[in-house]
Amino acid sequence: MNLVVREALLTFRRAPLLSTLSVTTIAFSLFVVGLFGLVAVNLQRALREVAERVEIVAYVLPGTPIETLTLAQKDIEAFPEVQAATYVSEDEALQRARRELVEFRNVLQELERNPLPASIEVKLKPHFRDVEHVNDVAERLRGFGFVDDVRFGREWVEIVDRLRQVAAGVGLLLGAAFAAVAVIIIGTTIRMAVLQRSREIAIMRLVGATDGFIRRPFLLQGAIKGMLGGLAAIGLSYGAYALINRWLIHAAFFSREQAVAIVGFGMLIGFVGSAASVGRHLRRV
Amino acid sequence: MIKFTNVFKAFPKGGLALKDVSFHIAKGEFVFLTGHSGAGKSTVLKLVYAEEPVTSGEVRVSGFNLAELRRRDVPMLRRRLGIVFQDFRLLEDRSAEENVAFALEVTGARRGSIPARVMRVLTQVGLAAKAHGSPRELSGGEQQRVAIARALVNEPTVLLADEPTGNLDERATRGVFQLLRDINASGTAVVMATHDLDLVRQAPYRVIELQEGALVYDSAVDEPRDQAATP
Repeated sequence: MNLVVREALLTFRRAPLLSTLSVTTIAFSLFVVGLFGLVAVNLQRALREVAERVEIVAYVLPGTPIETLTLAQKDIEAFPEVQAATYVSEDEALQRARRELVEFRNVLQELERNPLPASIEVKLKPHFRDVEHVNDVAERLRGFGFVDDVRFGREWVEIVDRLRQVAAGVGLLLGAAFAAVAVIIIGTTIRMAVLQRSREIAIMRLVGATDGFIRRPFLLQGAIKGMLGGLAAIGLSYGAYALINRWLIHAAFFSREQAVAIVGFGMLIGFVGSAASVGRHLRRV
Repeated sequence: MIKFTNVFKAFPKGGLALKDVSFHIAKGEFVFLTGHSGAGKSTVLKLVYAEEPVTSGEVRVSGFNLAELRRRDVPMLRRRLGIVFQDFRLLEDRSAEENVAFALEVTGARRGSIPARVMRVLTQVGLAAKAHGSPRELSGGEQQRVAIARALVNEPTVLLADEPTGNLDERATRGVFQLLRDINASGTAVVMATHDLDLVRQAPYRVIELQEGALVYDSAVDEPRDQAATP
């Protein structure tokens, strides 16, 4: 076996306690980052689902000819912000009301005249579902002569908008803070591993080992520890996710790419942390 | 081989560790470096193996001018030197054999050649039978022999020994000293820092004495005297 690989692996046998400690520290640090990531992933998903519901309804004056409406529907669909525009006739509106408003079924059943107006329901493309664009499209809809009134869940749109901003800001801030803490803790553990072997490093230098030779096993070992820690963090996150999913709410887990990214991040921290610690140590002796 | 010319070495916090030291040690020589603790014996050795930079003056070791030595050349210099300390500096989690092999591995020796070379030096220092023993199971004298084997395995031109018998009892001291003499007899220069005057008197080797950082006596240059050094 290659000497570098052997020396790197031997560390786990020679210093099992410290190695376990390093891996555990990396695992828990990344676990915290991972948990936070899970919250972020699910919050994003929830927001997307809420935003799905953002819809603008243009109520049509009674007696508007269907040809006009069909033409208008085409025009609306051509708006750059619009994903789909659906015409809902008076009858369809009533049927839907009967279906959805079960409590009023009897009342709706006994109606002699349909009181519900026809409407065009407009759905926006995902990245246009914010207050500004919704207002804009609503204003344009009001410009059609046959449109009686335009409704949209203004509060909803605003809430979703604000939540999205808050989530992005908080996410960025907390994510960066957690990652920084993880880097510091992991760096400290690796520094301990280097100090524990300072005697060995001193002897290696005395017998004529180059700095590169001394550094390589540490880098490999750091990357391995980071990878093990990352894998353990994914395992822990999955455990937490399974619990939440079972007892609290239906949630989503990381995609394969995100999981790989976490393990990769662990490896990177292990590698960079080792490089920094060994480099600092070698410069001082 | 080793040449000091008007060497000064300042302590980091002021004061001089070495004051205007000049000497020349030739190939194959055996030299005692004597003087009280703090006289500068270890500093001289540290300058030789480039552990410390020279403040002023010139140090030449085995073809290297240490003032011009770059950090990445230091390992190349050290591969030509063997270094032995009072406290042995062995790795306790490895066997005697592995400690010696370590010195070959880190210098990139061909792997196939390592076991034979290790066995040869362990035999030379008289420890072939204890090759698999851990340093903890060995006596002080035996540990120092392992350290000497490690220093020899790269076939150095000079062996630097900083108080190699300082931690040993009389019997072990005699054994280790005899081993250093044998090594010298086979052609390797030996520079041994010691304050054990009995050892110094035992052998007809050159003596360089330091006092408070200054070279006060060099038997190769000065008149011989009755007492080689003040106790």
